[in-house]
Amino acid sequence: MNKKTLFDKIWDSHVVRKIDNGPDVLFIDRHLIHEVTSPVAFLGLKKRNLNVMYPDLTFATADHNTPTINQHLPIKDPLSAKQLQTLRDNTKKHDIVFWGLGHKKNGIVHVIGPESGITLPGTTIVCGDSHTSTHGAFGAIAFGIGTSEVEMVLSTQCIMQPKPKSMRININGKLGDSVTPKDIALFIISKLSTSGATGYFVEYSGNVFSEMSMEGRMTVCNLSIEMGARGGLISPDKKTIEYVKNREYTPKGQNLENAIEYWSKLHTDEGAVFDKEYNFNSSEIEPMVTFGTNPGMGIRISGKIPKIDSEKDNLSSYLKSLRYMGYEIGDKMLGKKIDYVFLGSCTNGRIEDFRTFSKITKGFKKSKNVTAWLVPGSHRVLNQIKSEGILDDLESSGFKVREPGCSACLAMNDDKIPPGKYVISTSNRNFEGRQGPGARTILASPAVAAAAAITGRITDPRKI
Amino acid sequence: MPYEKFRILESSGVPLEIENVDTDQIIPARFLKATERKDFGKNLFRDWRYDQDNTPKKDFILNSKTYNGKILVAGKNFGSGSSREHAVWAIYDYGFRCVISSFFADIFKNNCLNIGVLPVQISAEFLKLIFNSIKKSPSVKLKVNLIDQEVSISGNSRKEKFEINPYKKENMINGFDDIDYLLNMKSEIKNFANKKPF
Repeated sequence: MNKKTLFDKIWDSHVVRKIDNGPDVLFIDRHLIHEVTSPVAFLGLKKRNLNVMYPDLTFATADHNTPTINQHLPIKDPLSAKQLQTLRDNTKKHDIVFWGLGHKKNGIVHVIGPESGITLPGTTIVCGDSHTSTHGAFGAIAFGIGTSEVEMVLSTQCIMQPKPKSMRININGKLGDSVTPKDIALFIISKLSTSGATGYFVEYSGNVFSEMSMEGRMTVCNLSIEMGARGGLISPDKKTIEYVKNREYTPKGQNLENAIEYWSKLHTDEGAVFDKEYNFNSSEIEPMVTFGTNPGMGIRISGKIPKIDSEKDNLSSYLKSLRYMGYEIGDKMLGKKIDYVFLGSCTNGRIEDFRTFSKITKGFKKSKNVTAWLVPGSHRVLNQIKSEGILDDLESSGFKVREPGCSACLAMNDDKIPPGKYVISTSNRNFEGRQGPGARTILASPAVAAAAAITGRITDPRKI
Repeated sequence: MPYEKFRILESSGVPLEIENVDTDQIIPARFLKATERKDFGKNLFRDWRYDQDNTPKKDFILNSKTYNGKILVAGKNFGSGSSREHAVWAIYDYGFRCVISSFFADIFKNNCLNIGVLPVQISAEFLKLIFNSIKKSPSVKLKVNLIDQEVSISGNSRKEKFEINPYKKENMINGFDDIDYLLNMKSEIKNFANKKPF
C-alpha cells in the first residue's frame, strides 16, 4: 500500500477536484478573518453580487489594528475605526460570528481559534494572515492566504492550490536549561534560512515536539512561515485531544468519540518518504537571538555576529542589514543595550509565555531604562494571567499588562517602537521598520525577553 | 478582480538588487488600513522611497530618473513574510506588470498570479546578466513572453525559459480569475461538503 505522510492524508481527503496540469481545488473546513485582509474580499462579493456559501465556517475577530489600552473608548484613528466598523458590518450582513473589540472571546486570530475549539486535528484552516501556520500544532493543514483567496473561500469554501512538497524536521534529545520552543524555531530557521522551506509543508517530529506543550507546538508551527514554508504540522496525540476536548466548537458526544477515533489514526505511515528531511540534535540548541533584519539571521545568545556566508548570501544585503541594526560583524550579542521589551503576538502571547516571563522576573524589578509592553494574545489569556496570580507578580516587578491584540508585532496601532530604538521582541519578524519606522528588532524567547527587561541588556536567562 | 490580460511584455526594467525583500518593505503595515483597493502604488516601498518627513530618498531606485519600466527586477527570495495581497496591489498599481527574480516567496507568488502580476523565476546567473545589462544601458528592453515562457534581453542572444503552471498561464493570458472557475463548480462543492463528517 502507498505510504502516506500526515500531510498527504489530510490534503487528499480535502481535494474536491484535481485539475489537469493545474492546482487542486481544496475544501476549507475553517476560515478565520480579521479586519485588515477581509474588507476588499467582501467588496469583491458585493461587486459580483455573491453570498457567503457557508457562513458558519467563517469566524471573525478584530486584532491587527486594535488599541491595547483603553479598548472601551472610541478608536481615535479614523482609518482604524473605519476598518473595524467595516468588519462589523460585513459579518452582520453575512451572518458570520464576530468577536470584536471588547468581546470576552476577542483576541489574536491564532490564539482564539485553538482556545475556542475552532482549530481541530485533521482539518484545513485558512486565514488572510501568514501565521495561520500556528494551527498546524493540532495536526491540521493551516496556512495563510491572500485577499483574492479570502474572497474565494467566502464565496465557495474552496481555494485552488498546487500541493506543496513535503519536508520533515526531526529533533531528538534532551533540551538544555531555558531552551524554549521559540529557541528551537529560531535555531531551525537560522539553519535553513528564510527561504529554506519555500514550496514545502513541514512536519515536525521527534521527542522534542512530542514532549512539548500545545502552546509550545503552536509557537513552533507559527514560525514555519519564517523559513518560507507554507505551514508546519505536528501529529495529534493524547495531549492534542486533551486540549481540544470540551471547547466551545469541538464536536460533542458521539461525534466527539468518532472524531477522536479518526484523530488517533492521523500520523505519518512508517516508511513514508519526504521530499526533504533534516535531523538535528537538541543538544545543539541554546537560547537564541537575532542580530539582523530577517528571522534567519539568528545565533546562540552567547555567540558573535558571524561573517557572511558568501555562498549563501549577498554581501551588500547582509551589510545593509547590519547597518540598519547598528551592529558589526564580530560583535557579541550579550550585553548589548536594549530600550524596549515586547512580550506578546501570535507567536508568544499565550499563557505559557507569560508564565515563563514572570518566573524569571519574579523578585526583580524592571530596569528603569526599559519600556516594557506585555500584551496577552486574548481575553482568555488575560483572565488566566489574573487568576494564576501572574499579574500580581508582574506588577510587583514594575510591569503593566495591556489589553489583547497584535500590538507592536506589526505596529499597525499606536504601539510603535521609536526610530533607532532596540526592542527585544517575542514576536516573529525583525524586518526593517516592522515594529515602527526605524525600529530595531531582536527576536527572542519570553525567557530572554524577561532577562533583558530586568537588566536593560541582552542577558542570558540562565544567569539570572 | 479582473485584470489586464498578459501575453508578451516588452519594457525596460527597474533593478532592485537587494535580496530577501519582504512584504513589510513593499508595503509597510501602517498602510494596510484601507477598506478598498485604492492608491496603494504611492506607498510602494514607502520607507525605502521616502524619509520620515516624506522627502524622496535620492539613492532609491524608484526615485531615479534613469530607470523606469513595467518590469521590476529584484534579488532572490522576493516577497517573503506576510500574506498581505496589498504588496502585490502596490506593485500593480504603481505600474509594474511583471517581477523577475531568481526566487520568490510562496504566498507572494500566489498572490501575484491571482491579480495579474507575472512572477518570472530565472536562474541566478541570468538574473545577474539582466542586472548588468540594465546597469550598462538603463533603457535596454526586456521581453517577457508568456506564450513561449521565455525571457530575453534586447541585443543579447541569451534567453531563458521560465516555468508557470499551465492552468495559471491560461488564466493570465485570458485575464481569468479563480473565483469564476470555483463558482461554476458550486454543486460539486456542496456534494463534497455534505459528505464531510464534521
